[in-house]
Amino acid sequence: MSTSRLPRLLGLLALLAVACALPFALSNFRLFQFSQVYIYAIAILGLNMLTGYNGQFSLGHGAFYAVGAYVSAIMMDRWNVAYGWTIPVAGVLCLIIGFLFGLPALRLEGLYLALATFSLALAVPQILKYFEHWTGGSQGIVLTKPSAPFGLRLTPDQWLYFVTLAVLVLLFWLGANLLKGRVGRAIVAIRDNHIAAEAMGIDTALYKSLVFGVSAAYTGVAGALSASVIAFVAPDSFNVFLSVTLLIGSVIGGLASISGAVFGALFIQFVPNWAQDISKAAPWAIFGIFLIAFMYLMPFGIAGGIRRLWIRVAGAPVQGEGRGVSSPAHTTTRMEESS
Amino acid sequence: MDILIQQIVSGLATGGIYASLALALVMIYQATDVVNFAQGELAMFATYVCWTLLGAGMPYWAAFLSTLVIAFAGGVVIERVIIRPVENAPILSIVMVTLGLLVICNSLAGWIWTYVQKPFPSPFSSTPFKVGNIVFGAHDLGQIQVTLLVLLCIYLFFRFTPLGLAMRAAAHNPVSSRLVGIRVGWMLALGWGLASVFGAVAGMMVAPVLTLEPNLMGGVQIYAFAAATLGGFTSPGGAVLGGFIVGVVENLVGTYVSFIGTELKFTVALAMIIVVLLVKPTGLFGSTVVKRV
Repeated sequence: MSTSRLPRLLGLLALLAVACALPFALSNFRLFQFSQVYIYAIAILGLNMLTGYNGQFSLGHGAFYAVGAYVSAIMMDRWNVAYGWTIPVAGVLCLIIGFLFGLPALRLEGLYLALATFSLALAVPQILKYFEHWTGGSQGIVLTKPSAPFGLRLTPDQWLYFVTLAVLVLLFWLGANLLKGRVGRAIVAIRDNHIAAEAMGIDTALYKSLVFGVSAAYTGVAGALSASVIAFVAPDSFNVFLSVTLLIGSVIGGLASISGAVFGALFIQFVPNWAQDISKAAPWAIFGIFLIAFMYLMPFGIAGGIRRLWIRVAGAPVQGEGRGVSSPAHTTTRMEESS
Repeated sequence: MDILIQQIVSGLATGGIYASLALALVMIYQATDVVNFAQGELAMFATYVCWTLLGAGMPYWAAFLSTLVIAFAGGVVIERVIIRPVENAPILSIVMVTLGLLVICNSLAGWIWTYVQKPFPSPFSSTPFKVGNIVFGAHDLGQIQVTLLVLLCIYLFFRFTPLGLAMRAAAHNPVSSRLVGIRVGWMLALGWGLASVFGAVAGMMVAPVLTLEPNLMGGVQIYAFAAATLGGFTSPGGAVLGGFIVGVVENLVGTYVSFIGTELKFTVALAMIIVVLLVKPTGLFGSTVVKRV
């Protein structure tokens, strides 16, 4: 690790420099798309912590995204709170909700958890429409994009791009530290063998619900950012397809992987557009074909594919993020079959 | 009292649909440990095939049976071509593939047949059936009969035919089945075929009530999930009973609990799933899978 640290750091700094230069080279629409990519990346990193590192399936993260977006939108619309303050509030609220949802989820594994969260995702738009007084019903809430402060000469899109980039960098740094240290090892140990983890003194119940909470908080922050960037929230944009898309991004990018979150976000933001270019009539069919093809060609996602390529080129296994990407559900199923 | 009985009967009718789809889910789950998230969309696609055949002038029952044959073939082909390459992949990859199938089916149906809602004929007479003061819809009663008939056939198939026995064996213990000469891969494909037949029955029975459109099965599928969870994902009989229970509960809750109505339909299903999972995660008739560690 220590020898490869410097080039890696330099690479990251170069990427960051490119990201900071983008607003001055691209149109506002492209910038908006990249802000979306960063937002998805934050949400997917949250989902990766839960599904990739901790081995708990979630097909319902769109629900937390929706809660984040609506908390932010309602605070801005009703109480005129500045958007900057709504983001941490949304994060903390989702942390609490996620933690609470994680408690019953402790009793569920694999498929059952997937089902419970899937139905959560289906129910959310209906619940949002039901509380019309707060959420504006199916009309949603229209917001105004915040303009740049301190007299900076930036368009709102450029300013929001920098805000999302800053939040992304902060959350990725925090997430990487969390997953690298003692807590991260405990999280992965629970995924790989929760009985052994418990025998070693890890409080699995606490950790599992905490991961659920943190994961929900990341997704909630992403939702809150999206409310400002899109300047509009409506129940039907948080349908079950959003949850499915997030999971697709997380698997395509590479499950237990931090960089995978960015690859996955790029995939779910741009591939549907390409699909639309290929076939106007049935873009989702093309998207589905892409998805299935990816599963055949790169079962461990883009990050996993790159890592394999790297191993082949460098000739040595690299230690790093996302060791043992094979999901625990996989191993348990095989075990069940043989017993 | 009359209303109550009427609601229970129409609940049983919708329950039959949930039961068929739940049975399809459970069959695939038992054989491969995978929940097919595309099951409802495959059923919707089959219903559109039937609609096309009817439009070409086929009599109803001929179109119905041809659709079942086509659905069976489609299910087998999908298993052989799309699912088989990822058979040994991590379970999440297989889930991803079924999700891919879901969006493909949905999008293709919208492309071929457009998103305009289409009326779908019911094979049963439209005159309601009366017993005293209680009125039953003819379609409701017909639907219950069709569901029960299908269930009877499938029971007889699995209980009394060598092929049915082979399929059960392949699902129960693939390794030993292979040793006694059962072609496990083909049994799985047959399972997919049969599951897609049940789905097609559910689709063709529900389409006259909901009108045909590409998003026909979304709501049905979530209730089928609830039914399978309630009955237990490891028990076909339980899933069927679960379907009927869920159908009746849905109808009664919609009628008697005023603030729910149809607006919170999915939330009821969510609540049911979560309650079952918390109280009895294996469902009413499911068995706990014991694994060695």
